[in-house]
Amino acid sequence: MGKSTIIPFGPQHPVLPEPLHLDLVVEDERVIQAVPQIGFVHRGLEKLVETRDYNQFIYVAERICGICALGHSLGYAETVEGLMGIEVPKRAEYLRVIWHELSRVHSHILWLGLAADAFGFESLFMHCWRLRERVLDVFEKTTGGRVIFSVIKVGGVERDITQFQSHVILDALAGIKDEYNQLCKAFLNDTSVQTRLVDVGYLSYEDAIDYSVVGPFARASNVNYDVRMLGKGGYKYLDSFDPILDGQGDCYARAKVRALEVIQSIEIIEELLSKLPEGDISVSVKGSPADGAEYCNVLEQPRGECYYYARGNGTKYLERMRMRTPTSQNLAGMTAALAGCDLADVNMIVLTIDPCISCTER
Amino acid sequence: MGYASKSPWVIHYDGSSCNGCDIEVLATLCPGFDAERFGVINTGNPKHADIFLVTGSVNERNIDVVKEIYDQMVEPKVVIACGICACTGGIFHDCYNVIGGVDKAIPVDVYAPGCAVRPEAIIDAVVQGIGILEEKAEALKASKRGA
Repeated sequence: MGKSTIIPFGPQHPVLPEPLHLDLVVEDERVIQAVPQIGFVHRGLEKLVETRDYNQFIYVAERICGICALGHSLGYAETVEGLMGIEVPKRAEYLRVIWHELSRVHSHILWLGLAADAFGFESLFMHCWRLRERVLDVFEKTTGGRVIFSVIKVGGVERDITQFQSHVILDALAGIKDEYNQLCKAFLNDTSVQTRLVDVGYLSYEDAIDYSVVGPFARASNVNYDVRMLGKGGYKYLDSFDPILDGQGDCYARAKVRALEVIQSIEIIEELLSKLPEGDISVSVKGSPADGAEYCNVLEQPRGECYYYARGNGTKYLERMRMRTPTSQNLAGMTAALAGCDLADVNMIVLTIDPCISCTER
Repeated sequence: MGYASKSPWVIHYDGSSCNGCDIEVLATLCPGFDAERFGVINTGNPKHADIFLVTGSVNERNIDVVKEIYDQMVEPKVVIACGICACTGGIFHDCYNVIGGVDKAIPVDVYAPGCAVRPEAIIDAVVQGIGILEEKAEALKASKRGA
C-alpha cells in the first residue's frame, strides 16, 4: 500500500449539476475515506418565515428545490393545515397526489438519465431526457409550469383538472409507459450497465438502519420503509400500496428500485384519476396559527422521507419552520458506501443516492 | 449577427440555485430543445469553454469558486446569468446568506430571466452570447494587431 493522498472532488464537477465537495482520501486507486463538505448552496431560507406570512411562504418552500418543487410545497401546505386544523377537500387531496406522483416520475427518469451519463452510456441518457420532456409537457398542460408549478396552496389546490385534461394525462402516460418499458429493459438487462453497477457501493441492511438512510437508497438495502404506506393525505384512497424493495444493496439495486418505482407511480396516477371524486378544490383559510401550536409532518419525496416541523406564534408569520431533507439523511450512508471503493466508481456511488444539495443546504 | 463562425462550448456552474434552472440548462442541451445539434456542448473544463452559464446567486462560500472558474476561462469569454436568482437574487434577495446576482462577482454579458428560466430563454441568451463572443474576438484581434 502506498501512502494516502487527498483528492478533491467538486464543487464544480461534470457528473453533478450541483456543487458538492468531497475530500477523497485514497491509497493508490482505493478510496479509504470520503469527507463531504457542504454549504455552497446555503441561502438561509428558513429564516424567511419571519418576513413572509404563511400564505406567501409556500412560494419560497416550492423553491427549496427545483426537482421536488411540488413535494416541498405539498409538505409545507400539509404542515400548516395541520397547525391550523384545516380539512382539505377530497378532490384536492387526489389532485395533490396525482401531481406529486407525476413529479416522482419526472424526477426518477431524470435520475436514470444522469446515472446513464455517469457510467458513460450517452445515448441512454439522451433517451431518458427525451422521455422526461413528455412528462414535463403533461405538467405544462395541467399546471402551466415546467419546473415551478405553484398549484398547491394552504387549504387545497389552485387549479382543477378537467375531464378533458384527465384524458390527456392518461393518453400521455400510456405512451410514456410503452417507451419507458423499453428504456427499463436497457437499464435492467444490458450487460454494460451491469458491469458498472453490480456489487459497486454496497450498503448492508444493518448499515442502512444504523445510518438511518431513507428513500430508494434504503429500500435497495431491503429496508421496508416508505412514507406512502402510512396512507397520509391522498394515499389513503389507494386500494393497496407495497414499497418496492431489493436486497442487493449495491448501485444496481438502487437503479432497479427507482426504475420500478416509475411504473408504480404511473399506476398510482391511473388509479386515482379513474376514481377522482367531484367537489371543491380548496377551502378558504382564515385566521392564523395559535401561539405555541406545533405540528410535524412527513412526506415521501422522490429521494426519500422528508420531515417538516412548524410552530406558530399567534400571528400570520410562523415562529419556526424546519425541514429535514432526504439527502441530509443519506449523506452519512453515502460516505459508508464510498469507503473501500475504486476511485473510478466514486461518481457512480455519489449519484446513486440521488443527492439533492439545494434541499439539504436550503 | 449574420452567422456564427463557431459553435460555442459552455460550462455550467450552480451558484446557489434551487436546481430548477440547472435542470433547465441541461434540458436545453438534451433532446426536446436540442441545442447540441448546433454544436453547443457542455464541458466540465473551464479552459475549453467559451460561454459560462451561471445559475443561482452568489454567497460567501461560492463566490471564490465562481471567480476561479471565470479566471480559468480563456479570452474571449462570455458570461450568461441564467434565471432570476443569477440576475438579481430573485425571491432569495433578502436572505442573510445571499450577496446578490452573479454580477456582484464577475462581469455578466447577458441576463436570461425567469423562475425557472425557460429553455427558450437560455437558447436566446446563448445566441446573443455568440454575437458578443464574436465582437470580443474582433476586439482582441485588433488589440494584438495594434501592439
